[in-house]
Amino acid sequence: MKRYVIIGNGVAAVGCIEGIRSTDGAGEITVISAEPHPVYCRPLISYYLEGKTDLKRMLYRDGSFLANVGCTVRYGVRAESIDPLAKTVALSDGAQLPYDALCVAAGSSPFLPPMKGLESVAQKFTFQTLDDALALEQAITPECRVLIVGAGLIGLKCAEGLHARVGSITVCDLADRVLSSILDAAAAARVQKHLEAQGIRFLLGDSVAQFSAGSAEMKSGETVPFDVLVLAVGVRPNTALVKEAGGETDRGILIDERMATTLLDVYAAGDCAQGYDRSCGARRVLALLPNAYLQGHAAGVNMAGGDASFDRGIPMNSIGFFGLHLMTAGSYDGEMIAADSGDAYKRFFVKDDRLKGFILIGGTDRAGIYTAMIREQTPLHTVDFSLLTSAATSAAFSPAVRTERFGGAV
Amino acid sequence: MKRIYVNEAWCLGCHLCEYNCAFANSGLRDMASALKGRQIYPRIHVEGKDGVFFAVSCRHCEDPLCVKSCIAGAISKTDGVVQINREKCVGCLTCVLVCPYGALAPGENGAMQKCELCLQNTCGAPACVTGCPNGAIVYEEREAAV
Ligand SMILES: Cc1cc2nc3c(=O)[nH]c(=O)nc-3n(C[C@H](O)[C@H](O)[C@H](O)COP(=O)(O)OP(=O)(O)OC[C@H]3O[C@@H](n4cnc5c(N)ncnc54)[C@H](O)[C@@H]3O)c2cc1C
Ligand code: SF4
Ligand code: SF4
Repeated sequence: MKRYVIIGNGVAAVGCIEGIRSTDGAGEITVISAEPHPVYCRPLISYYLEGKTDLKRMLYRDGSFLANVGCTVRYGVRAESIDPLAKTVALSDGAQLPYDALCVAAGSSPFLPPMKGLESVAQKFTFQTLDDALALEQAITPECRVLIVGAGLIGLKCAEGLHARVGSITVCDLADRVLSSILDAAAAARVQKHLEAQGIRFLLGDSVAQFSAGSAEMKSGETVPFDVLVLAVGVRPNTALVKEAGGETDRGILIDERMATTLLDVYAAGDCAQGYDRSCGARRVLALLPNAYLQGHAAGVNMAGGDASFDRGIPMNSIGFFGLHLMTAGSYDGEMIAADSGDAYKRFFVKDDRLKGFILIGGTDRAGIYTAMIREQTPLHTVDFSLLTSAATSAAFSPAVRTERFGGAV
Repeated sequence: MKRIYVNEAWCLGCHLCEYNCAFANSGLRDMASALKGRQIYPRIHVEGKDGVFFAVSCRHCEDPLCVKSCIAGAISKTDGVVQINREKCVGCLTCVLVCPYGALAPGENGAMQKCELCLQNTCGAPACVTGCPNGAIVYEEREAAV
């Protein structure tokens, strides 16, 4: 019987378990989970603070999942190192776990840049895990002033989650706009305005020069008093285990289209991995939940001796803030086509007769039709693209394509 | 398994299926009180251009991207039928961003909904199929079209 080991117990691990079981019903699966919780939906930690979900509903799989798939999880235990020759993993509880196939699904860790005076801040948090959210929940009061460092997805989601439960929120970022890695300036301005209308204050193009008891002195000279600090500057893929074992890493653990690392029988998936991005044709870390599942699943199938490849990952985000929905996908490469309609902000990026990326604020109905065009690299001369820029609809495809999609099982 | 298919040569673009769907899933017995003067949230919708119309609902994909992408673990597939647990859904629209067919849309309270083949309501058979005046929508077993 084959022995499978998975390091990490997030969504990539679930994909891996389900991938293994789709191919091998009998092998022994052991999951090493540093976090002491059954697998939960990491993106829901802000919705938890907001009261839109609870600890039970935010579990990723229901209670019978582990029993059904037949897999053992070792909670609160870390993998310390991998020995790729002996094919064992050393655990923090002293055990040496042998494997026939290993998947590293270790996610990412918050990046904490050195900041002057940070040690003087008593109430400081990152926002990456359920325990982070629970600790933050303990620290906040209805009057407290929160400073969030980082106006990326995690910082802004945290702001939304805390909004109704705290006195005030200030968000600062070195970048001159919110969500700078996924939005252009005009889109960012819209989102910022919407958040400001909720009372959230922004200090952009600014950073903390120094913390002192109860306040942050900004580079701009402003002093921001606060009670609770959230650090959401960015995350770094957890690559150390593979790197120290001699595997190739870049920003993430380098994987091929079968999710294999350069170490024999060692695979990687999810936020820790750097796989192929179809929209730009290079390897990129795609730290997104759908990608984690899909990579994990492909890794699992291959670990069990099947043959799966996943080379259709693309960056994509669907996020809402206080009722404003935005979606982005792909790379912002090539000619930009602006197609605003009504309140909707829409930007499409086109190169070499292919859709490369888009940004939508509002106007998100059926947007998966666009995403599929990026994923499939659909030649634009085969579709009615001007119709598509006004609304996503399958009416823009030829009758033959529609028959293929809607006339039989898919 | 049986799925819903639309013959676009016969679809009139009359939108009746949308009303039948909204009524079937309203839980109400009287069509007028379920629909009259209300915004409806059907799980099938008619698209088209230049006089060609077709109604779109969930394909119940063999390899459903929505299931793999839902950030809340709210979408699952059981016996071939892809279903949403609306209690778990947080309305992030990630499923809308990944479904290649444009088959999902939020319902009245923001939680996502899509065709579940009328298995969750009391219709017994898909209401869009039963109610289509031109027989353009069918519920049957088919292989892949290509
Ligand atoms: C606040 C927030 C909001 C987000 N919102 C979205 C969103 O809207 N949409 C979206 O697509 N994505 C979102 N994401 C990203 C998404 O959560 C991740 O892409 C996804 O969870 C990655 O899954 P994973 O399994 O690769 O990693 P993780 O879920 O991070 O799991 C890795 C696990 O491995 C454990 N681990 C690490 N090292 C070891 C070790 N040595 N031994 C044992 N265990 C170890 C970690 O503790 C962790 O539990 C969000 C993330 C955050 C933090
Ligand atoms: S919602 Fe879309 S992706 Fe999901 S099963 Fe239906 S058609 Fe497929
Ligand atoms: S909108 Fe609901 S069902 Fe769709 S991906 Fe988000 S949580 Fe899942």
